[in-house]
Amino acid sequence: MKALNFLICGVGGQGTVVASDIVAEVGFKAGYHVKKSDVLGLAMRGGSVISHVRWNPEELHAPMVGNGEVDIMLAFEPLEALRQLNFMKDTGIVVFNTQKIPPISVNTGKEEYPSDEDILARLESRVRHVYPVDALKKALELGNSKVINIVLVGFLSTLLHVEDNHWKEAVQKFVAPKYLEVNLKAFEAGREIGGMK
Amino acid sequence: MKALLTGNEAIARGAFEGGVKVACGYPGTPSSEILETVAREYKETIYAEWSVNEKVAMDVAAGAAYSGVRSMVTTKLVGMNVLSDSLFYLPYTGLEAGLVVVVCDDTGMFSSQNEQDNRWYSILGKIPMLEPSDSQECKDMVVTALQLSEKFDTPFIIRSEMRIAHSKSEVILKERVPEIPLPQKFPRDIEKYNCNALFARKKRPLIQKRFQELREFAETSDLNKIIWQDTELGIISSGIVYEYAREVFPRASFLKLGMLHPLPERLIRDFSSRIKNLLVVEQLDPFLETQIRAMGIKARGKDIFPPYDEILPEKMRECAEKAGLIEPSQKKKVIDLGNLPIRAAVFCPGCPHRATFYVLAKLKVPVTGDIGCYNLGSLPPFNAQHTMGSMGASIGQLHGVSVSGCPERAVATIGDSTFFHAGMPPLVNMVHNRSKGVVIIMDNSTTAMTGHQDHPGMDKTLMGEKTERVDIHQLVEAMKVKFVKSVNAFDVKEVENTLKECLAWDDGPAVMITKGECIFVSRKPKPAYSVDLNKCIACETCLKVGCPAVVKSEEINPKNKRKKARIDPVLCNGCGVCSQVCPTGAIFQTQKLEAKE
Repeated sequence: MKALNFLICGVGGQGTVVASDIVAEVGFKAGYHVKKSDVLGLAMRGGSVISHVRWNPEELHAPMVGNGEVDIMLAFEPLEALRQLNFMKDTGIVVFNTQKIPPISVNTGKEEYPSDEDILARLESRVRHVYPVDALKKALELGNSKVINIVLVGFLSTLLHVEDNHWKEAVQKFVAPKYLEVNLKAFEAGREIGGMK
Repeated sequence: MKALLTGNEAIARGAFEGGVKVACGYPGTPSSEILETVAREYKETIYAEWSVNEKVAMDVAAGAAYSGVRSMVTTKLVGMNVLSDSLFYLPYTGLEAGLVVVVCDDTGMFSSQNEQDNRWYSILGKIPMLEPSDSQECKDMVVTALQLSEKFDTPFIIRSEMRIAHSKSEVILKERVPEIPLPQKFPRDIEKYNCNALFARKKRPLIQKRFQELREFAETSDLNKIIWQDTELGIISSGIVYEYAREVFPRASFLKLGMLHPLPERLIRDFSSRIKNLLVVEQLDPFLETQIRAMGIKARGKDIFPPYDEILPEKMRECAEKAGLIEPSQKKKVIDLGNLPIRAAVFCPGCPHRATFYVLAKLKVPVTGDIGCYNLGSLPPFNAQHTMGSMGASIGQLHGVSVSGCPERAVATIGDSTFFHAGMPPLVNMVHNRSKGVVIIMDNSTTAMTGHQDHPGMDKTLMGEKTERVDIHQLVEAMKVKFVKSVNAFDVKEVENTLKECLAWDDGPAVMITKGECIFVSRKPKPAYSVDLNKCIACETCLKVGCPAVVKSEEINPKNKRKKARIDPVLCNGCGVCSQVCPTGAIFQTQKLEAKE
């Protein structure tokens, strides 16, 4: 077992906290010591949201990490991936959802959203692997735009050596029972994309 | 059994295990999830309620504790100011059963108007205080505080903070303590429970005596613990920064204080005497440092660490390196990200506040504001809520503007929950003192900002029971406001016309109630709107409604060289405000409801 630090980021309302709850629970079930920290602030109103999750074979103290200490980033939005990039280790992996949500300042022409090429180039210059994932497309195919978080969690699961069951049980624990079926499908859809990488 | 819980969930669990019967509070980040967890997980054994404000919650808990059941109050940092008036009589009266107040500070000010260090309340109110550093301690300390509260006949405060409240760590779960038998009669002990000065004065020396006993208790309590390692550097710390310090100074010895008030003086002296360099690591004010220095002990602290904002592990390391306490670590690779577009919070697509702020921005009136989602109206593109200070302040300030002789007719914006919390007394004050000005009560049928909790204007309690809905319109009429109108919050014209009528009203205050459910309450998104690019002239009026769903398309109007509008069908909830402000009728409603939850 190796210590792993995760950073999960996105825009308020995208379901990042549920994703981070699942990642934390999976580590816990797999026998790691786990700590997790959410910065919610005005989360539901479209601001930036960040969660840190730490898996460690030894006892942990701080629930979050600093610059240069994250192994895997799961970003729900390209600009947010870029914003948190300095948290990454050189050897890190960035998984990001390609769905862009321009801030109001971009819509009103006050600021410019970086180009796709620029974002990708900067991410790739900083970490070892970058995986863009079109989670929104998968979610819409499944008929529910809200399940992008579980598509991304499904993708993440293919990067880690943890029992399948732990993931599925954790998904079950943190999604509303009414939407369990579509979420489990979303998880599988994410795994499929992961299998193709 | 072990579980992974947030600090807030662990406090709720502590209330369950510790035998709490009554739990109450007012929602506020970062404390809100405590009572939500109680109501969701432990409603069979604990009565939980969202009280109308923190002071009321404090009195509810006092009444329950006098009646002989264990009780708990939860609040965010600034709610302490609201409830302190009632909290401060409790050390005088004592109680029949344990009472604990849980306050969640917001170091770093993520969602609060100030950064007050609530540890001082323990000294000011003469109330013992505990501080946990992880979820396990959150749970254990609630149980301990309830027992100690009974033993010492005083309320206890537990001071948590955002990083503990919203962090998860492992917790060992236990059973609930055996039930304390309910008393059959309310105690008629006037000398104990009536704080008449004659009686209270007699209690005053008893409070001093109690603190003597508490000090002795603190000296040997396992709430405070020493971790002996290298004695070259010794650290006194508590709360979440203690956890950070363990990582930043892995070899140092630690005195970890779980009890913040009163402090264990002998223990601190004993620890310090065996340490070569003593360091006090605490966030915000030098609360511990000041007291430790007053004991005549040499210690460093705020000369190294800043007295505001968080001291995250990275910051702590940086400060310690600068002070020469640790060897410089390897420089981390940081790349310059340039000026990335800021992602400020915005009104959600389908938000009922949007039309009102569009109108307020258009009419350019001065607006005294209040606390809630509508404070986002202070940000671009509206820039229309000009003040915000504390709960209910908007209406008092409006009256102040009126009596100041300022020639401008001002407007106050306040939400439904905030109106019940602290807006009613200042409105009555306006009526009585013959004020002029417009109060907009933005009724979205929920306490939205903090995560959609109930309030007296709603027909369901936290426990899920049906209740009487207090009608704000009738309430305001009963306060003898002569001009009261309720409008559809999504109707831009109706809002604008009514606001103009209100502004012209000269016979006392005028009140407009904008009624429209928060999109998270109705959860009924309508089919998305779309832009007819043949009609769109790229005038950008629709961008003035500040909706995340209204974006720019790639199509350019050759006349003004601007990009035409586009509506993101996934984000749009179909409220139609953008379509109402479009001068060319280019925005129309589609038939298709995009795949949504």
